[in-house]
Amino acid sequence: MKFAIALYSAAHAPSSRRALRFAEAALAGGHEIVRLFFYQDGVHSASSNIVTPQDEQDLAQQWSTFVSNNQLDGVVCIAAALRRGVLNNDEAARYQRPAVNLQAPWELSGLGQLHDAIQSADRLICFGGP
Amino acid sequence: MPKSLLIISRQSPWSGINAKEALDIVLAGGAFDLPIGLLFMDDGVFQLVPEQKAAAVQQKNLTANLQALSLFGVEDLFACGHSLSVRGISPAGLAVDDVEPLSAEDIRTLIDRYDQVITL
Repeated sequence: MKFAIALYSAAHAPSSRRALRFAEAALAGGHEIVRLFFYQDGVHSASSNIVTPQDEQDLAQQWSTFVSNNQLDGVVCIAAALRRGVLNNDEAARYQRPAVNLQAPWELSGLGQLHDAIQSADRLICFGGP
Repeated sequence: MPKSLLIISRQSPWSGINAKEALDIVLAGGAFDLPIGLLFMDDGVFQLVPEQKAAAVQQKNLTANLQALSLFGVEDLFACGHSLSVRGISPAGLAVDDVEPLSAEDIRTLIDRYDQVITL
């Protein structure tokens, strides 16, 4: 089955961990993930500037490794990210901000990518949210 | 045949960015000519209250965006009748035209009708 996975919560939220475990299980079960789309506070789950205590899980790092290792399409909503200060090199330069906290494998793009993923997936699975 | 998507918007317009971000998904889908429905539920029905004074809380008013939905080809607008009623909001005279109030039973049928559902 083809899954699109949307995440609406930050890396410290239980739903971010559940989403990652679901994604891992989906691949392990032989399914396909057409795209991960991080929206609302989910953009924080892609931040490369998160520092967790040594005895706690670093979910943002785990997400990044998972996406890289499996060569997945990891998209972070650009409007939601800008609003929350999650910027890649280009956006930090564009808006003259001092820090970059979004790097490969993540890409910033628009909500069209969510709709596109919904169209090409059999199922959309959402995690987190208000 | 494109897949249809129902957005269930459950947050009031003044409780943060959630209502606007839910609406942005709807508008983006409309811009791509996708079959999109929007259901206001729980505190989300507060988005439909007319004459909101957004400027008083230094916010932008969502009402104009909601009223523009038909220009984006989004015409399937629904509200949970129970959510309206317990908040004392009359289904007549909402800020947005042609919002259909639904019973719990109608909502079950509605959700069944759509291929995908996003609740925010």
